[in-house]
Amino acid sequence: MLAALPRELLSSLRTALVTLGTYALFFARLVAGAPPALVRFGLVVQQVHNAGALSLVIIMLSGLFVGMVLGLQGFDLLERFGSEESLGTAVALGLLKELGPVVTALLFAGRAGTALASELGLMRATDQLAAMEMMAVDPVRRVVLPRFLGCVISMPLLAAVFSLIGLFGAQLIGVQLMGVDAGQFWSQMRGAVEVDDVMEGVVKSGVFGVACGLVAVYEGYHSIPTAEGVGRATTRTVVIASVLVLLLDYMLTAVML
Amino acid sequence: MRQTRAIELGTGLFVLLGFAALFFLVTQITNRQFGLGEDGYRLVASFEQVGGLKPGAPVSMSGVTIGRVEAIDYDFNEYRARVTMRIDRGFDRIPDDSDAGILTAGLLGGQYIGIGPGSSETFFKDGDQIGFTQSAIVLENLISKFLFSKASEQPPAAPEEGPAP
Repeated sequence: MLAALPRELLSSLRTALVTLGTYALFFARLVAGAPPALVRFGLVVQQVHNAGALSLVIIMLSGLFVGMVLGLQGFDLLERFGSEESLGTAVALGLLKELGPVVTALLFAGRAGTALASELGLMRATDQLAAMEMMAVDPVRRVVLPRFLGCVISMPLLAAVFSLIGLFGAQLIGVQLMGVDAGQFWSQMRGAVEVDDVMEGVVKSGVFGVACGLVAVYEGYHSIPTAEGVGRATTRTVVIASVLVLLLDYMLTAVML
Repeated sequence: MRQTRAIELGTGLFVLLGFAALFFLVTQITNRQFGLGEDGYRLVASFEQVGGLKPGAPVSMSGVTIGRVEAIDYDFNEYRARVTMRIDRGFDRIPDDSDAGILTAGLLGGQYIGIGPGSSETFFKDGDQIGFTQSAIVLENLISKFLFSKASEQPPAAPEEGPAP
């Protein structure tokens, strides 16, 4: 029993490495196919619509509430030091650099990533992908790439909308409800926030878009062609994408700070 | 066909909204001022101590922002900090005997440069140096000065026991 353990460990390590390798190869295939796929712009537009525009409502709603909570918590905390005026700065930096990109990516993985994975998984299960290959149509180029690009394009835009709405949510609570001076709120924010901070959020959400999109299309494309397999692909998408986003977030923050 | 139109319209609106949000964040939330940064003229001032002054900090006269700090570096000839400021073009009538000081906005606020106008008839030009400067106040020095002066003021603190009136 014990003697078998290292061997099992070795084999699971092997499986992990093989998964990582397939992911990398699939990613390379997507990157190589991206420029020609962008030429067929209509397909990409449709996926930007599916992944981005349809996620807009949940992103805006969540952004509003996250901003309001930040306003409330930040006010409570800053009031203890007598510096409520810094609320705008605290909320803006928190939203732009951390919460905007990360929460957007997590919501996106749940809203759009699952939809993508199950769609592709069902295509696999009903042999639609095989039918395309039969007709000499590359399913990666025709089906997978537009979806992936849709994710990459949508994510930074969604994160920007999230941060902006969150800022107004915080302003709603801090200024209208708690009575922080509106001029101080905005002018201190303007004094402290640099363009680099905004760009950090854009870079982060772009990377998260790549990560979420890659996980979703990979899991969907490689799902086991059964009802159970599609379900498992959907679950794996959410789990892997969420953990990956948080991991990448730490690494990106460490690099860019 | 009609459905495709609706999708394209929705996507267009989404992309527009996203870029508008980004644009708003960059222009309204940050202190970058587009179009104003490039024109105008430079002034230089050297300070004993710049404290927490940072590039991008405002330069103001009587509270009106007239420019920004462009760069802060160290001058090894004078052994002082050299601050380069960019003043907006509209404010070109600053007397050349004006003084510059590093001030703090509020108790915990950021530091900025305040320029007090002199009485000269000639004005600063591009690249001029401000002669009279006042360094930033470092809180630790202030406190230690205060403590030393307090200590030397009353050497044997005559103890007066008893309840205070």
